[in-house]
Formats: sequence, structure tokens, C-alpha cells
Amino acid sequence: MRGLLLGGGPVVIPSFGHGSACERHNGWLCTDWLGNHWGDTLQPALVQHVELTLVAVGIGFAIAFLLALAGFRFRIADGPLGGLTDFLYTIPSIAFFELLIPLTGLTVTTIEIPLVAYTLFVLYRNLVAGLRGVPADALEAARGMGLTRVQTFLRVELPLATPAILAGIRIATVSTISIATVAAYLISYGLGQPIFDALNQPGIFKTELVAGGGLAILLALTADALLALLQRALTPWSGGR
Amino acid sequence: MTAASLFVDVFRFIPNHSGLLLDKAGETAELAFTALGIAIALALPLGLWLGHRHRGLFLALGVSSLGRALPSIALIGLFIAILGIGFWGDAAALVVLGIPPILTNAYFAVGGADRDAVEAARGLGLTETQILTRVELPLGLPLLLAGLRIAAVFVIATATIAGIAGGGGLGAIIANQASYGLDGVLAAAVCVSALALLTAAALALAQAAASRRMAPTA
Repeated sequence: MRGLLLGGGPVVIPSFGHGSACERHNGWLCTDWLGNHWGDTLQPALVQHVELTLVAVGIGFAIAFLLALAGFRFRIADGPLGGLTDFLYTIPSIAFFELLIPLTGLTVTTIEIPLVAYTLFVLYRNLVAGLRGVPADALEAARGMGLTRVQTFLRVELPLATPAILAGIRIATVSTISIATVAAYLISYGLGQPIFDALNQPGIFKTELVAGGGLAILLALTADALLALLQRALTPWSGGR
Repeated sequence: MTAASLFVDVFRFIPNHSGLLLDKAGETAELAFTALGIAIALALPLGLWLGHRHRGLFLALGVSSLGRALPSIALIGLFIAILGIGFWGDAAALVVLGIPPILTNAYFAVGGADRDAVEAARGLGLTETQILTRVELPLGLPLLLAGLRIAAVFVIATATIAGIAGGGGLGAIIANQASYGLDGVLAAAVCVSALALLTAAALALAQAAASRRMAPTA
């Protein structure tokens, strides 16, 4: 049971005959509706969306890190690994979700797999570029100080690659928040849920559309700003960009 | 039904309904490429001009992060609510989503050209237009094409989403499991992926050719 035809989640307005004047006239932003449905619709969807994003970026980063280690250490692997992440990124989201249903069913796993796959494209590229971008002087100095290969990686290469890595995490996080809204087409989960609910109402219930879409944008911009602050705190020399 | 037998059904559905799938893929491609064409016509000149003048860095960066943050399904819903269901409502939403990667990459493709090369060209007496077309554009072509590729992939994916929100094309098959069955839905998903992958591959080849031409030969 899914999709536009059947809708998902709680019924938000019984009909246009009930509710406030603003709701009956299908206003763009009915504050009374927002107040009444923050607790039962918007807030749970927001929490689910944050979870979806954290899990996707977390797992995506772990996988991208391992891939990047391979691509950085063995240059011959870089081309195929980059190509693989590129290929995954190119699969349209709605098709990716659909194609997983026979394998993983209508579960949150079906949402998370494509979200994780999409993060790899940016994360892998930025990890490898960051590690490759470490100046030769710094590596020379590390060798001069007698650091081992592992010490050089942990104490020189990784810290110097941090700005590029964090820039990748920022892009991946913002993109994931945006793409995750599409997933509610299949499984009523996250901020896509109020958006699809709104589209299911006759004439589109505008307040719910604006609320769901607006929250997704706000969440993305907030996450971006928080990560920018983290970037500045961890790498004061980089200027946070 | 096991997953394996379902995939067999899907790959039977494709040859058995190739006419339908081609028709619907054509609709999706028409919507996507119309929107992409308009997005290029709007964003490319602006990005090139701003990049050449080294102006509007804030705009180029802002547009790209805002573009990433916009949830495509909400934007499509917004345009449907304003313009009603139809080709141009969907196309308008796709244009908005296609502009950021093209604008930002055009900006950095041209703006990032080696300053010494640009100064040398200016010293040789090239006009500003000649500097743009003969120095900056060739140097930045790979990056510019990368932006086009990202925009094309994104617009095709979103054109499908427009289909499930009431538009036509392959998305209409994906949205209508009652008529086409799960095998039909999955076959349409395979076709959308093929459309996106082929478009991306064509642009990736162009990008590789541009990089090769730009590789130092001396």
C-alpha cells in the first residue's frame, strides 16, 4: 500500500468542509493547521528524516573511507572505484528505490541503501582529492622526523585532508536530506510523508506541502551551517569554505 | 514470487512492451531535455559572464548550495499547485533544479582559468570575448561539461518524479502498479536508469575528450 494513489501516514484534514477558514480555502500557510499537526505529523517526520540522514551519511562515510584508502594507496583502483560511485550516483532515485523492493521489501533499509550509495560519489571524490592534495613538503618533513607510514597518515595526511573531507560531508548531508524526501513515495517515512500527503489531497493541500518542503530546506540549511561551524573549529587555518 | 523470478519477468516485460516503454521514455526525455535546454540557455551565459568578470562568487556558491537543499518533489508540488498539472508546470520545476550545477560549474570553469594565461592573452591584444572563447572556455570545458552532466542526471531523475506526481512518461508507469504490474513498474525503473546512464555516458565521453585536448602536449 503506497504511493500517490493510496497515500500514507495520518489523514491530515478530514475534508475541506471542516477545519479553519484558512484550511477550507486551502491557504498557503495556515498557522492553525501547523499548530494542530506539529505534534502528530511534522515533528515525527522531522525526527525520522534526521535519523535517515545521520544513518545514511554515517554508513556512507565509513564505506567511502575504506574505498578512498584503497583508491589512495593503490592508484590503479582509483579509476574503477570512482567509476562505480559515479554509476551509482547516476541511477535515478525513484528507480533505485523501486528496484530494491523485490530484494529488501517496503522497509527503511530500502530507503537507506540508495541514500548511502548516493553519498559515496561526493565523499569518495573529496576524500581522495584531500589525501592527494597534501603538500609534498609536509610528507618530506614527516619522513625527516622518522614517522612510519601509518603515523604519517594519521598525523599528517588525514589532518591536512580534513577541510576537503568536511566539505564532502557537507555536500553529502545536504543532498541526502533533499533526496530522502522522495523515499516517502514508497514508505511513509520522513519529511517526504507530509509532502506526498499534501499532493494526495484534492487540489493539493498547500499548507502541508509548504510545511514539509520548508522543513526539509530548513533542515538542510541548518545541517550545512552546523557543519560549516565544525569545519571552522577543526580547521581554523582553512577559513571554513 | 521470488526476487529472481520477478527479475526474469521484468526482463520479459521489456521486449514484450518495447513500444509502450519507448513511447513513455520519449515523453520523459522530451520533458527532461526541454527543461535542460532552457536551464542551459539561462544559466550558461550568466555563469560564463560572471566567471569571466570574477564577480558574484557569493551568488555562484549560494545558488549551488540552495539548489542541493531544494527537495525536488516539493518543488514539483509547488509548481503543480501554481500552474496546474501539465508539461510546463513540470518543466518549470526542472529548469529551477537544473540551473544550479550549470551556473556554478560555468562560473568556476571560466573563473578558475589560469590568471597568467588570461593576462598573457590580454597582453597579446585579445578582446574580452576572444579571451573568454579562446582561453578561458577551452581550459574550463571539462569542468563545464561536468556541471552539465550532473544537471542532466538530476533533471532526468526528477522528470520521472514529475511523472509519478501526475505527469506522463516513465514515471506514470512507475506510479501505476495497478495497471502495469510490479514487473512493469520495475521495467520502467530499468528504462529510466538506462536513459540517465546513457545521457551521463555521452556527456562523460565529451568531458574526457575535452580533458584530453586540454592535456599539456608539449
